Amino acid sequence: MARLVRSWILLLILQSFLVSIAFGSKEVEEFSEALLLKPLPDRKVLAHFHFENRAPPSNSHGRHHHLFPKAISQLVQKFRVKEMELSFTQGRWNHEHWGGFDPLSSMNAKPVGVELWAVFDVPLSQVDTSWKNLTHALSGLFCASINFLESSTSYAAPTWGFGTNSDKLRYGSLPREAVCTENLTPWLKLLPCRDKDGISALMNRPSVYRGFYHSQRLHLSTVESGQEGLGSGIVLEQTLTVVLQPDTTSVERNTQPSWSLNSLFGRKVVGRCVLAKSSNVYLQLEGLSGHELKNVDSEIEAHKLWKNADFELSLKPDRVLREISSFLFIFDIEKSSDSEPFDLGLTWKRPSKWLCQLAPLHASRFLMGSGNERGAIAILLKETESQEKLNLTNGRCTIKVNIFQIFPWYVKVYYHTLQIFVDQQKKTDSEVLKKINVSPSTDKVSSGMMEMMLELPCEVKSAAISIEYDKGFLHIDEYPPDANQGFDIPSALISFPDHHASLDFKEELGNSPLLSKFKEKSSVRSYTEVLLVPLTTPDFSMPYNVITITCTIFALYFGSLLNVIRRRIGEEERFLKSQGKKKGGLKQLLSRFIAKIRGRPIEESSSSSELQSSVLSSKLIFKIILVAGAAAAWQYFSTDK
Amino acid sequence: MAADNRYEEEEEVRTDDGSPITKPRPIVRLGIFLVAHSPVFSVVFSAAGVLALLLLPLLAKNTYISENALMPGSARSMLSNRDASDGSKLVKDIKNFRLNHEGQVQRLIGKYMSEMVAEVYYQKFQPEGNQFHPLHFFSGPASYTLLGNVSCASYGVNVVGIIRAPRGDGKESIVLVTPYDFINGGDYEDLSLGIVSSLFSLLSRVTWLSKDIIWLVADSRYGDYRPVAAWLAEYHTPSFKVSDLLKCDELNTADNFRRAGTVAAALILKVDGRSERFEDILSIYADASNGQMPNLDLINVVNYLAVHRQGFHVKVEKVVSLLSSSWLKIVGEIFEAVGKVANTLNPDWKFGIPAAEYIEGSATLASSLYSQALGIPTGPHGAFRDYQVDAITLKISPGFPPDSKARQHDFFLRGSQLLEGTIRSVNNLLEKFHQSFFLYVLTSPSKFISVGVYMIAFALLVASLPMVAASLYVDGCKALTKSTHNSAENFKSWKWLDAAKQVFALHLLGFIVTLLPYFICQVPGQHSPRNRSIMWGTTSSLLLVTFVTIPGCSPFSSRLHGTNWAILKSVTISAAFIGLCLMSIINFATAEIGALLLVPTCLLAQPIKPALRSRRVKSLLGAFCSMVLVTIGFPVIFFAITKGLVGEGLVGLSLGGEFWTWLESLWAWKSATYLYIGMVHLPCWLLCVCILFHPS
Repeated sequence: MARLVRSWILLLILQSFLVSIAFGSKEVEEFSEALLLKPLPDRKVLAHFHFENRAPPSNSHGRHHHLFPKAISQLVQKFRVKEMELSFTQGRWNHEHWGGFDPLSSMNAKPVGVELWAVFDVPLSQVDTSWKNLTHALSGLFCASINFLESSTSYAAPTWGFGTNSDKLRYGSLPREAVCTENLTPWLKLLPCRDKDGISALMNRPSVYRGFYHSQRLHLSTVESGQEGLGSGIVLEQTLTVVLQPDTTSVERNTQPSWSLNSLFGRKVVGRCVLAKSSNVYLQLEGLSGHELKNVDSEIEAHKLWKNADFELSLKPDRVLREISSFLFIFDIEKSSDSEPFDLGLTWKRPSKWLCQLAPLHASRFLMGSGNERGAIAILLKETESQEKLNLTNGRCTIKVNIFQIFPWYVKVYYHTLQIFVDQQKKTDSEVLKKINVSPSTDKVSSGMMEMMLELPCEVKSAAISIEYDKGFLHIDEYPPDANQGFDIPSALISFPDHHASLDFKEELGNSPLLSKFKEKSSVRSYTEVLLVPLTTPDFSMPYNVITITCTIFALYFGSLLNVIRRRIGEEERFLKSQGKKKGGLKQLLSRFIAKIRGRPIEESSSSSELQSSVLSSKLIFKIILVAGAAAAWQYFSTDK
Repeated sequence: MAADNRYEEEEEVRTDDGSPITKPRPIVRLGIFLVAHSPVFSVVFSAAGVLALLLLPLLAKNTYISENALMPGSARSMLSNRDASDGSKLVKDIKNFRLNHEGQVQRLIGKYMSEMVAEVYYQKFQPEGNQFHPLHFFSGPASYTLLGNVSCASYGVNVVGIIRAPRGDGKESIVLVTPYDFINGGDYEDLSLGIVSSLFSLLSRVTWLSKDIIWLVADSRYGDYRPVAAWLAEYHTPSFKVSDLLKCDELNTADNFRRAGTVAAALILKVDGRSERFEDILSIYADASNGQMPNLDLINVVNYLAVHRQGFHVKVEKVVSLLSSSWLKIVGEIFEAVGKVANTLNPDWKFGIPAAEYIEGSATLASSLYSQALGIPTGPHGAFRDYQVDAITLKISPGFPPDSKARQHDFFLRGSQLLEGTIRSVNNLLEKFHQSFFLYVLTSPSKFISVGVYMIAFALLVASLPMVAASLYVDGCKALTKSTHNSAENFKSWKWLDAAKQVFALHLLGFIVTLLPYFICQVPGQHSPRNRSIMWGTTSSLLLVTFVTIPGCSPFSSRLHGTNWAILKSVTISAAFIGLCLMSIINFATAEIGALLLVPTCLLAQPIKPALRSRRVKSLLGAFCSMVLVTIGFPVIFFAITKGLVGEGLVGLSLGGEFWTWLESLWAWKSATYLYIGMVHLPCWLLCVCILFHPS
């Protein structure tokens, strides 16, 4: 028996060895982790966690993966997702102080709430179904109400304005989604080491959520193998970007606050995730003064880079990379252990100031007008102190700006009212508008979408776009529970297709997914603010009043209408008179008799009614007394209690 | 077929037991009864209306916080002494700055704001004169398109700082406004800056903000209202066009206007004058244009925090002259006595309030009604109401001289704690203010009368009008058929048409008279208000004369010599009724005061000729009463009387000029009261005069 088991084990080992030989020569599943730290000019620190998980194209893996999360691969297989990005964001990215031109900001500055876009690899007719199923699956996976994106009124199909040209692309966002740990935990579960080991162990929830900006992103793309019979590989990229405020103990207001990983997160790194191929920590310092850039050849100078008069790092970097305007210090956390945890610290010695690279134009969006009837949406683009602007087309320096905007159906936009002002002068559409694509909304069916490409002169100071809209009325059951808060218009995406953000390193990069990501050219993009449109809301607390008033009006209306239609008053009167003549003989006699006694002429009807009333009055008085007595008694007894 | 049969059967039954006497339905009978006894009922209803108005202070309810999310005072104040000393430092710096004439104070404030990590910008605006345009009356807030000639000689500069909520989504904001005269601001005005800067220093640190905070230091050189309105106009309706104002000055305000989403609420803080008492007094002003009020919850929160947390003495405006009036005291004592008697009968009946409280309440109520009826906002908060933003003005009168350092620190601490609490409450709100009342009148900072209660007084006053109109119509018809037998018989139901023509003509006249000031303003050359009012008066009377001479329209025309005045009066009353009811929807307080004037005038108007002829005491008295009422009802006279009542000394010869300026202010503020006076009150008053001098 024992031999049998031993031989079995041997066989198993052999098999696994063979398998690893068979596929080890080719690609295997890879996981890498990285953390980028970057002090920001406004005394804050940005921490960008980056995890990449690659599943190579293969069909032999089948339903089994070593590192790659099964949930995601199932998702990809089931819905035939070609590319997808999901982000959860809280807080606003400060484009002026945190940058707008570097790959970090154009990829990770996301709109508030949830944003989801996906490209499918299915026939065009099935795209919407796949999207709907995907939203439900993601909703369950990430404990978020992504399923609200299922409704056709909340998503759109951008054609070219979003950046990816595909007709199988769907885009939707939920600005009101609250982001919290319940969304982070399932996201962490996709990592092989979760948050138990490696860099992700830094994610202490209170410190992560105390930040000024918090955006967790999940991007996955399939890589076609190109070979027949082989499935497609999946690249899953998970990033978490947080902007934290280091605790300031220094009294001096000018110097940047010093920090360490422990002071930022309340935790230290005690070793890498053993499943990760590479685990690095990067520190990016922007806008260092020029003299340091000149001579970094010798060992002493290199040493000076991280320990100088301006600042000092607590650990010696393994490598230093130079970029045009920044330095990148690379640390390998492999050496850290329980006894010697990795706790990178940065101490500023002298006040230093620098500026971030800004996007060519700063975009802001706001609502115009007042009242519950109509309004206008305006997008304002303003020049910034950006370095790179030049883009010559036809001998003219221009900036191309793409604007992509979704309008919910209850904001009924009149596209003909589009007005464009460049440098406070009204321009006709043909002067600046290169391309525009509009799909109007349908009431309660689909949302509207506008994509436009502007070509502005480089020396532009400001450009404004305004478009008018009417506010729609919702049906009573379409109002959310907090209807009086107003309704959101999702962020607009402003992108600059001719401006590419990338970090250009002079040295060899080595094998780092984060850095190669940064080196890729991506167009500069930024999201505008979410807008809040107050719509007319019924007074929900008064259904009773409404019901009673409506019922009264209905009763009065129908009552009188029926009377008018049915009754013939003249006929009735005539009939009654003839009846009265026939029957009232005795009474008439009586009244004549009384009239004789009184010595007055006969009054046809009034006298008789008087008679009746006098007869009735005693009864009436009795009744009134009875009711009053009952009321008094009730009052007496009820108050005595 | 079967149904038909049954129907016939039913008919049979009905006819069998049908009563032999013609008996109209009860509602008709009631109507006939009311119309038949209309003189009695009209007196009863009018008296009840006035009584109900007097009873209102008794019926006031205590305010309560309706929106649960507000939770005022539930959080401990985080404001520290350090923040308050920041405020003191700013105040000291401004004083030094001004002493040394170091340039613009705006810069200094801007520097302070940016030190508190706020985004700062400056906004230039023009002290634009209010232009009357009749067509823009009910349109929204005008977009301040700059006029052609921009003069750099006079313009104001607002300083604005925005603190972004650290984790907020930037959809909503709360606005704090401190009107401040940068050229000759007094010591007290500095204190308001001190309070808000203490608060701002705290807000730049806190983590609980969910809405952005905007601090607007409004340049109040040209009044409190204008800078705020200009800023709001730029915030909501920018023109994107080139403004010449930008080039004006050294202070670079280049197009960097920033916004922070939908404004959820606004608080305007003013510190002025020393209070007579030792303690600090907080006055709350809330009336916006056309009697619109902010949500009651906002006032409640401020009042709650001010009274229960910070120990301010809170008050709202009152008519001071009413406090010492003896008749009100008597009324109050009567109500007190009645309340006591009722209390002895049943201890649960607690409607009696002490006479002193009653007088206070009615003085406040009168002031509330007056300011709502005027339709002119009582402060810069009115500008916010135009954009559906709830806003109130808090005016603090400190109980210490401005140079008392020790108390100043404490004052800053308390003032900014009050604002902090209020902002924290508003910050808690998920939805905009909607829970509590919008239609209410205050009788004290913590007592209010809701629309359901104050409607009663008006309804009672107005109820007599249709009754009297109907009864007069019936009388008039009878008289007419008696006098003219043959011709009128054919058009029995159209007897009111002639009278309606006259009434319509006079209403048309009223409409033209309403529009006249617009054309008078266009008359070239400088004219004093008095001259303008004379112009207005003469043109109006000329118009009246022309209207009177047009046959068929004039109540005096010879053809209608035989017309019964009763029908004219009946139609007049109907017109007044419709006008009042319409006005009560637009601005209730105007309608209420208007009804107090118009209803007795219309009811008592009778030709004086027969009264003089008859020489009976009763009819003479009636004629005298109607004469007096008609005199009071003339807008100019009533204006003078109100002025006297409010306590602004009676004016002599310049009455016309003052009246003109008053009216000018009404239309400048787009008050619907102006339209009411011109298009309802004046025609009805003229018609009453016509009836008074009717040659019957």
